[in-house]
Amino acid sequence: MRHLLSAGDLTRDDAIRILDTAVQMAATQEREQRKLPTLRGRTVVNLFFEDSTRTRISFEAAAKRLSADVINFSAKGSSVSKGESLKDTALTLQAMGADAVVVRHWASGAAQRLATSGWMHGSVVNAGDGTHQHPTQALLDSYTIRRHLVAEPEGKGLEGLRVAIVGDILHSRVARSNVDLLTTLGAEVVLVAPPTLVPVGASAWPVTTVHTLDEAIETHELDAVMMLRVQRERMTGGGAAFFPSPEEYSRLFGLDGARLRRLPEHAIVMHPGPMNRGLEISAEAADSARSVIVEQVANGVAVRMAVLYLLLAGEESAS
Amino acid sequence: MTGTILGAPDITRALTRIAHEILERNDGADDVLLLGIPTRGLPLARRLAELIGAAEPDFDQERRCGALDITMYRDDLRLQPTRTIGQTTLPPAGIDDAVVVLVDDVLHTGRTIRAALDAISDVGRPRAVQLAVLVDRGHRELPIRADFVGKNIPTARSERVDVRLMETDGEDAVVLTSRVQQP
Repeated sequence: MRHLLSAGDLTRDDAIRILDTAVQMAATQEREQRKLPTLRGRTVVNLFFEDSTRTRISFEAAAKRLSADVINFSAKGSSVSKGESLKDTALTLQAMGADAVVVRHWASGAAQRLATSGWMHGSVVNAGDGTHQHPTQALLDSYTIRRHLVAEPEGKGLEGLRVAIVGDILHSRVARSNVDLLTTLGAEVVLVAPPTLVPVGASAWPVTTVHTLDEAIETHELDAVMMLRVQRERMTGGGAAFFPSPEEYSRLFGLDGARLRRLPEHAIVMHPGPMNRGLEISAEAADSARSVIVEQVANGVAVRMAVLYLLLAGEESAS
Repeated sequence: MTGTILGAPDITRALTRIAHEILERNDGADDVLLLGIPTRGLPLARRLAELIGAAEPDFDQERRCGALDITMYRDDLRLQPTRTIGQTTLPPAGIDDAVVVLVDDVLHTGRTIRAALDAISDVGRPRAVQLAVLVDRGHRELPIRADFVGKNIPTARSERVDVRLMETDGEDAVVLTSRVQQP
């Protein structure tokens, strides 16, 4: 593995290898001494063209726990705001000796461009590009699901599990990455969204689509429910609205206490964060014992450690 | 001399002797904790624990035996394809103030043991660390020696020593082969 650009590029074996490595990484994070010497002397650059606190600090923590040097490069207040192109930024990073670049960009395909352009030699990890992919989020979600719902998880996929992804599928790279990875790992995916927020091509995806959360709960035995964030600003008002009002969205797609109690006993509640409490998820659901939202954050560090280890530790990247 | 150097009875005898040497050196097994280095150090550590338990009935074999994976501490990670990380299982009481006996199959350059010493210092502070190996084949590249050795086997650098164990390979044997030249 040289780059991690899309969850769709991963074979089942690749994905399971990452998840199994993450299990060992997570175990080291329970020790008093949590820092490992593994990537000493390697440099990881966090290249963020879009605001993101959680993903950036999660990658930063992961790289630092493995003793890599971390350089944070955010577009705001940098040469990018002065008009520097992606190419020149990449050449600069290459000159600085970046072994891996973790890139978040508003344009779909930016990570792919960086990896295949020949501008730099390092590994590229896609930390979210436009509405396209966010593979480490999908990996941490699958890790979390496997940890909770698969007995003796090591070496296993997610066969026989049914996961609902609820909300704005149209704009969500988290949803796309999860559809790819969950199906690769053998889980069944149910998309739950208003018709306006389902992408045109979704009919070709290996998923079932329903148009209210109640319908999903009634017709499917769900093992995990993944709530997506509603980007309030782009959703309502004007001619470009995707649904009539936040209240209506909440009524049809929000996860509240009542809906939570109708889920099977073992089902877990997930959210990639940041949450809009009271819109897509109620405080009762977010804070319930079945919510694994806070744990997802911790698992994110372990999964990103595993990805950095697998990309950077071996000989392939030494040249 | 190539071929099978140790058979199953030889391995059992060597391990039995090592178990007794460990007891002798440490005045019993009260503080002794065995940590096997995966893959083949682990079954060897379990066997030593069993043999020590046979001599000292108070020795709790389960709680005094663990696994220490050293992959993330190696100094040759960049020279090899990406290695799979093994499992580290430490005894519930931790390793602080114990006498840790590291167990591995073959002692060669000493680099694995160097990595293991680093790994140990990250998980606790034992009173002492000792090293038990089934085979010492020489060619050290670091100032490291074993406290307990099953058998010293003089080898050429080009030769290869394979320890095969019932638990991992379906038989007990130590085999010396001349490395096949790659075409």
